[in-house]
Amino acid sequence: MSAPGVALAPERAAALAVSGAGAAWLALLRDLTLAFRRRGQLVQPLAFFAIVTLLFPLAVSPELTRLREMAPGVLWTAALLASLLALEFLFRDDAYDGTLEQYALSGQSLTALMFAKSAAHWLLTGLPLALMAPLAALSLGAPAAAVAGIVASVAVGSVALSLIGSIGAALTLGMKRSGALLSLLTLPLSLPVLIFGARATQLAIAGEAYLAPLELLGALAVLGVTLAPLAAAAAVRISLE
Amino acid sequence: MSNQPLRVENLHLWRGERHVLRGLTFSLGRGTCLQVKGPNGSGKTSLLRTLCGLIYPEEGRVLWDGEDVRRDLRAFHARLAYLGHEPPLKGDLTAGENLRFWVGVRRRLSLADLDAALARAGAGGCSARLVRTLSAGQRRRVALAGLALLAVPLWLLDEPTTNLDADGQELVGQLIAEQLARGATVIAAVHHDLPRAVPAIEQLELAA
Repeated sequence: MSAPGVALAPERAAALAVSGAGAAWLALLRDLTLAFRRRGQLVQPLAFFAIVTLLFPLAVSPELTRLREMAPGVLWTAALLASLLALEFLFRDDAYDGTLEQYALSGQSLTALMFAKSAAHWLLTGLPLALMAPLAALSLGAPAAAVAGIVASVAVGSVALSLIGSIGAALTLGMKRSGALLSLLTLPLSLPVLIFGARATQLAIAGEAYLAPLELLGALAVLGVTLAPLAAAAAVRISLE
Repeated sequence: MSNQPLRVENLHLWRGERHVLRGLTFSLGRGTCLQVKGPNGSGKTSLLRTLCGLIYPEEGRVLWDGEDVRRDLRAFHARLAYLGHEPPLKGDLTAGENLRFWVGVRRRLSLADLDAALARAGAGGCSARLVRTLSAGQRRRVALAGLALLAVPLWLLDEPTTNLDADGQELVGQLIAEQLARGATVIAAVHHDLPRAVPAIEQLELAA
């Protein structure tokens, strides 16, 4: 413990100050640590994605040309819903146990802390989804040459999904059963990601250049990075009142 | 730096249909503790949350060192610590990890500081234990250790003695007394009287 009189001195406070980036890094570490303590919650959306994409070919037809035609739609709908599944937990526990309140009162930028939470959400759902995409793509009959394009499109598109989702999750914080409303708010905003993601996947499967839709996905992700944490922070402040 | 760092002017707050705070005005000096009393539902928690800027009052303002805190809310937040009903701790993290993340977001923290604060709060053995395995009183002690680590000049405490045994209540008194001796300001909402160790108590009674 510090000696009386020392701890409150402004010059000491300056020496102990934590930068916004440092605070965001800690918030990210905290969410990752927590996620690995509750693995069940972590696995649920990934299992959903795997099951949908693996069962689909069994239910439809093993005929490659038909499967390939449907692959982009199935893959992206499953990815979108999996991301949405994980979204409900993004702020719920933090709101319940007072963590969000402490974030809002930390004297740090709430926007930076919200960005950290979205980054954690992407690392825990978007990135694993992208890593599982080759398996899903192959089971849907995509040629091996298309795998790189599919992984890239899921990786970039899921960044936008995590960030768009954080706004919806923050807006529905105060509500008891927020699941339905959360989907209602988030899905329309996610449609561009779905459309361009599926298009990139389709072109990759056909062996054509898929860079144009991929770049549009990138633009959506950048838009999300710049605006979504701001909006989420404002929504969190409202929910705390 | 004035001797009356905190000043509240004509604070009016409505919660739904209820006019909770009706023109509250007071100043608080360095090294003084304000005890906010009143029955359940009289607005103690609302007052604390309004003071720290979580709730916007309908009228009135809060001044810190003569400046409206709304002008730079983040700078004001860097000077205050708010402890609500529930300790802001994660059940799936250990007590040590909880403090490292909660306090670490606000100030640099060495492991030695952290262990010393936990030991001081009577939770020295809890550092490596998951918080969900701790009792309510032990959690409260861990939260108090975090509060002491924050080293800020304004504490806003909502029922800080809840769930604590006699020793724990004494500890709250000592922590507040030490904080006051450093020239800080403390506002505590409590049902019962604050522990005897606290000098310089002013009273504020809220009506139901």
